[in-house]
Amino acid sequence: MRPKKKVSIRINGVPYVHEVEPRLLLIHYLRDVVGLTGSHIGCETSICGACTVMLNGAAVKSCTVLTVQADGEEVLTIEGMAQGEELHPIQEGFWECHGLQCGYCTPGMILSAYQLLQRQPEPTEEEIRHAIDGNLCRCTGYQHIVDAVQYAAKKMRQKAVGNKQ
Amino acid sequence: MPISKLVGARVKRREDPRLVCGLAHYVDDIDLPNTLHVAILRSPYAHARISSLETDAARQHPGVVAVVTGAEIKDQIGPLPTSGGNETLRVPKHYVLAVDKVCYVGDGVAAVVAEDRYAARDALDLIRVEYEPLPVVSDAEKALAPGSPVIHSEWPDNVAFRSEQKEGNLAKAFKAADKIVRLRLVHQRLAPIAIEPRGVLARYRAAEKGLTVWSSTQIPHMLKSHLSQMLKLPENEVRVIAPEVGGGFGSKLNVYAEEGLLGYLALRLNRPVKWIEGRRENIQATIHGRGQVGEVEVAVKKDGTILGLQYKVVADIGAYHQLFTPAIPPFTGLMLSGCYKIPAISIELTAAFTNKMSTDAYRGAGRPEATYVIERMVDRVARELGIDPVKVRKKNFPKPAEFPFKTVTGLAYDSGNYELALNKALKLVGYEKLRRDQKRLRSRGRYLGIGLSTYVEICAMGPKGMWEYGKVQVEPTGKVTVLSGASPHGQGQKTSFAQIVADELGIGLDDITVIHGDTAAVPKGIGTFGSRATAVGGIAVYQAAEKVKEKARAIAAHILEADPEDLVFSDGKFSVKGVPKKGITIQQIALEAHAAKKLPKKMAPGLAAESQFEPSNFTFPFGTHICVVEVDPKSGGIELKKYVAVDDCGKVINPLLVDGQIHGGIAQGLGQALYEEVVYDENGQLLTGSLMDYALPKAGDLPRLELARTETPTPVNPLGVKGVGEAGTIGSTPAVVNAVVDALFPFGVTHIDMPLKPEKIWRLCQAKEVASGEGRR
Repeated sequence: MRPKKKVSIRINGVPYVHEVEPRLLLIHYLRDVVGLTGSHIGCETSICGACTVMLNGAAVKSCTVLTVQADGEEVLTIEGMAQGEELHPIQEGFWECHGLQCGYCTPGMILSAYQLLQRQPEPTEEEIRHAIDGNLCRCTGYQHIVDAVQYAAKKMRQKAVGNKQ
Repeated sequence: MPISKLVGARVKRREDPRLVCGLAHYVDDIDLPNTLHVAILRSPYAHARISSLETDAARQHPGVVAVVTGAEIKDQIGPLPTSGGNETLRVPKHYVLAVDKVCYVGDGVAAVVAEDRYAARDALDLIRVEYEPLPVVSDAEKALAPGSPVIHSEWPDNVAFRSEQKEGNLAKAFKAADKIVRLRLVHQRLAPIAIEPRGVLARYRAAEKGLTVWSSTQIPHMLKSHLSQMLKLPENEVRVIAPEVGGGFGSKLNVYAEEGLLGYLALRLNRPVKWIEGRRENIQATIHGRGQVGEVEVAVKKDGTILGLQYKVVADIGAYHQLFTPAIPPFTGLMLSGCYKIPAISIELTAAFTNKMSTDAYRGAGRPEATYVIERMVDRVARELGIDPVKVRKKNFPKPAEFPFKTVTGLAYDSGNYELALNKALKLVGYEKLRRDQKRLRSRGRYLGIGLSTYVEICAMGPKGMWEYGKVQVEPTGKVTVLSGASPHGQGQKTSFAQIVADELGIGLDDITVIHGDTAAVPKGIGTFGSRATAVGGIAVYQAAEKVKEKARAIAAHILEADPEDLVFSDGKFSVKGVPKKGITIQQIALEAHAAKKLPKKMAPGLAAESQFEPSNFTFPFGTHICVVEVDPKSGGIELKKYVAVDDCGKVINPLLVDGQIHGGIAQGLGQALYEEVVYDENGQLLTGSLMDYALPKAGDLPRLELARTETPTPVNPLGVKGVGEAGTIGSTPAVVNAVVDALFPFGVTHIDMPLKPEKIWRLCQAKEVASGEGRR
């Protein structure tokens, strides 16, 4: 057996420590070792985006990141988006606007939208389409996804204003 | 609280909370203790004899539990099934792993079973195979030519089947014509690319003699029957579960080698086994769609009246038949009349074996090809005769009073108003103004194109053996459990079926649970495909709910001591006519039905009913799609400027879901027109084996789609619903191609084969520039 390497990774705010094979992909670590199966595998070549997670605040395709590269870092997955029963505004937007059908691309899509809205709270339709260009959806034709992100952007802006007041 | 009418309302989906939170369970998310992982070695050759296969090193690899080859298991697992076809059908034996020769790139050769995925994949590299390459034929027309290599030596040539249909007097039509318009059309091969690749998990429990197979499938019940035959197990010892399924589009309407293989391995090893398809495997070894090349001739009068149509087509089958391979190309012939009155139609179909993956049902399945043929031809006729394409269409439409409209191909279109949908679309898109803009812009060297497609499609499979099952059960507490044999995988019937039942029984949506996709929970079923889940499955559920209501009425009458005829039902409550206070709710009736103490004599206890609905005819949704493009002749680039779709799927249960189906369908149809193509070279090598090479539409590629509807209910079922799963895909492709060809009119372009890559367009524009001396040189 290959020598294993110890990794410490904070996932959705919870610290994990494991011994892993150096070649273990982050997506396999999240799904098979930690048991967070919300992020999916759709192509294993970082094109479809189903495996998108946030690594230290940046969206990455976790099918082409090694677990050891995430050692000491922070990861956010779809399972960390809702606060208890309360959905994140992006999740709410996808539900409200029918932004998903089979749901397989959805977790990755939501994380890419999350990165966009962190960087640009008031995106245009074109900016939204550009931001999710690395996430393939075969069901929706993307239009309801764009609506969902717009819904979320509005809701998050309202929330931000509410918090300031 | 009064219950509002739910059918027709934009109800958001009940499926979604688990999906947006990442809590749903697709096959690979199901984690059984002690599971082994399977990896499959696939052939790198399109056609070769396996001269030796050495697996010892793989067997000795750490973590490997077993390695199996085709020759070893040939007698243990029956060949893959196929359905449909006529008496000319040739069915080569199709084993789950190749036995002595491989027939396409991706053909399974051996399987490794190991303790984890990584070990299984590592061990694949240790299997030594010697192949003796054989001559390859990857082009369907060449496969039929004399002297072609023959793929299956049981027969003298590569003909998989033939069919011929001649209706009306074609010779007379061609003789009477003012013009014969001809076109050769290529419907390229497409890969369905569900974002969740296929996956199978199988577990055998010897103590209970039970095999359970979780598969990412659209047809759990059919799969159960076929698996029992392939594995020689009694059918009642096999259970199939379609858990959350991440898209199908027809690609999971099948029985695949891996499903049989995993069932066998679970039995043999007595441990759970899992196989998850990689994307490369998905493009190599999951069915492809389309794959037809046809020559079409249309006989027309000067005024645009179509007199006759002839279509000679070669269908590219691939190396073997999958489940419905022989059933798909005939749909094209059946639907060739499109939404027009064509008095004579002749179809000659030859299906050819090639050294490629099988073709089978991909969203639309034979109908997009028919629509593309007739809609391209109608535009071509308009062009040749110098008539507006709108006029040619209107000229040949059957009028609303002519429905049910009988086509010469033998169908009876249930209901329709084609001109209404066309007019609505023309108005929405601003057709007259667009034509003026086009003229104005052309004079400035800008090339606008307007493309129409007026389609009709065939949905709701049956009749004849394609029923669906539904059961409605009111629990003692008044909650309702609905069982359906349909197997949705993104379409949202946990919501729309609940809407149907909620309205019928006058109860809240939240009191209803819809269960599907488990053969142990739902006693029988056919599955989800052919836009049938609502138009057939939904009706079964509706009929079961009606029966429940009738039984409830009888119980209510008994308890209220009234005549059943004197009861009125409203908001979930039966009351005596004129005495609204004297009533009993459906929940109270459910409790009484279970307690069984106050029931009418001889009435069985419980409040549940089932139905097995088989429609009397197909349904025929229709509509008009209009695409507006601008083509840049300097780059060959196409800008999608506007897209309008007016669809008629009969009565709408949930407009939100219908919009979603249309959007997704259009995206796939656009994908065929502009980007997608499975390419094999002359050696049968797959050149588009990844999503880097096979281009799917991305968010930034698509314009905002403008949707509208007309609503012409079908008389075929009591809800008036027609089905909507494939309409977008069927309607959109010709609209896009017609638009681009229209834009390039000044360049003398009359046709371009799909996908309309910028390179092809650029070359055509260049050729014209050179020919006319207007070039830059």
